[in-house]
Amino acid sequence: MREFKGRIVTPGTVTAEAVVTHGGLNTLASFQKALQFGDKKATCGDQNNPDLYGKEMAGKALCLPQTIGSTTGGMVIYCACAMGRQPACMLFSGPIDSLAAAGSILASVWLPEAQMPVVDSLGEEFLSYVKDGMKITVKEDGTVCVD
Amino acid sequence: MFLTDEQQAILNGEKGETMAKVMKTLVMYGDAFGADKMVPVTSEYNHLVTSFGLKMISPVYELMDQLIEAGAISQQKFSMDPRPLDKNVPANFLQNLIFNKFMYSKQDFYEGQLKQLGLLNEDAFTCACYLDQVGNKPKKGEVLSWAESSAVVYANSVLGARCNRNSGIMDIMGSIAGCVPHFGLVTDEGRKATWIVKVETTKKPEAQLLGSAIGMKVMEDVPYIYGMDKWLGTELDDAACTYLKDFGAATASNGAVGLYHMDKLTPEAVEMGESLICEGAQVYVVDDAELQRVQDSYPVIWKNPDAKPKLCFVGCPHMSLQQLIDWTDRVKKGLQESGNKKVLIPTVFTTAPAVKKEFEKTRHANRLKSTGVVLSDICPLMYMNNPLCGPMPVITCSNKLRTYTTARYYTEDEILTKITKGGN
Repeated sequence: MREFKGRIVTPGTVTAEAVVTHGGLNTLASFQKALQFGDKKATCGDQNNPDLYGKEMAGKALCLPQTIGSTTGGMVIYCACAMGRQPACMLFSGPIDSLAAAGSILASVWLPEAQMPVVDSLGEEFLSYVKDGMKITVKEDGTVCVD
Repeated sequence: MFLTDEQQAILNGEKGETMAKVMKTLVMYGDAFGADKMVPVTSEYNHLVTSFGLKMISPVYELMDQLIEAGAISQQKFSMDPRPLDKNVPANFLQNLIFNKFMYSKQDFYEGQLKQLGLLNEDAFTCACYLDQVGNKPKKGEVLSWAESSAVVYANSVLGARCNRNSGIMDIMGSIAGCVPHFGLVTDEGRKATWIVKVETTKKPEAQLLGSAIGMKVMEDVPYIYGMDKWLGTELDDAACTYLKDFGAATASNGAVGLYHMDKLTPEAVEMGESLICEGAQVYVVDDAELQRVQDSYPVIWKNPDAKPKLCFVGCPHMSLQQLIDWTDRVKKGLQESGNKKVLIPTVFTTAPAVKKEFEKTRHANRLKSTGVVLSDICPLMYMNNPLCGPMPVITCSNKLRTYTTARYYTEDEILTKITKGGN
């Protein structure tokens, strides 16, 4: 097991299985089909992302460098949280980007029942180490344990 | 973060629970990026990205209802991204059924909400709100609370306004509170370039291909770009602005660029030059081979890669008036050369409603109509979201549309050949 210390963007604790993208997560391209057509597993629809395309994101520990693309991104994350199709947590190797931050903060403030801890600045090594299927535990202080 | 007494009072709930949540959202947003304070939004108008009445975004409508009921409405009028529907754009019975009954069935309801929240006017639906005919064109140095990646990158880079890459919903929060957190592209430091891009191509690079290459390389960073004065000159004339509109949209959608500086051309580069470049900036050289490599790297995701295209979209982001006139000339010339009377692939040019009205006053409107091209103010991306449209072989010269949909990218010249002369 290895531990990585990050910064809490939105608080919470959770244990979930990792899904990893080494490229930026295009939030709109990744979630829009799943949200539009009732895919409760939130299967990634971004055909430009070979790491994630076709994989389930809902309930997973989504490990990524940042999100990219359309500025609807934060709204998409907010909707995913409201519909219960959000990742269990979002774990960023670098500092969070403005779209992902907006989505997670909007959900945290306006949807208090929707849990999605977000931790950023976990370091490049975090993203090199973590692999799909590994067990991730997010602690209250922003420590992320990878089994 | 430092808050004024008034901001702190709002946060403490003195203007009600909903306004407190609006302020809390902005404070948390600022805290995530180390903002030291809030700064007033100084632009005349806002621009919001969430323009579509998609059934799936019902949580947004619920939030808007909360804001309206609490009287927490925008202090600025705002323009919106394009509408998702236009009956003039080719679609079959089943596609229309899905558009109207399933996908965008909340469009009228949502537009009603937008009117209550501060929609500028009935025609204010375009991603290119900064075009002269639309009139939402911020001035240099103004602070914005905009979303829409292509509009934000244009406002920052070409107009010299100051705006972070805000998300949908966060855009209206700043407008309701009248302030945004002071971080990132709103600050002097955040506007400095951490990449130097040297354009060394032997011909004028395709705007949306160069933007794609740079976006994918620098991601969310700020690039300072050399070598484009050779192709664009040193004046921000109509042609240069149109180029930068399309270039910026590709940097923002293929990466996450919110601001670029173009040497000798964009306002801050002209004013401050190389002092905008951070020490130790990384270098990226773009030559003909690099552009070819980038274009070749795009996945072809049609079921049958050799399929005959069934539809072509030009205008994502929306076309400028001069761009429409130029494309009309090009299509007419292409058809003349090939001996064809009408375009060989159903083709849609998209532009802002206000630009469309102006274009329709010119002699070029009938010329374009005679080619069979449909002029629309739709959002091509929203069209392509229809599950019956997605699998269609659609072609485009928009790298933004390529990124978010199954549409296949070709350069402008390739598109022109396909629609006027044929061939897959």
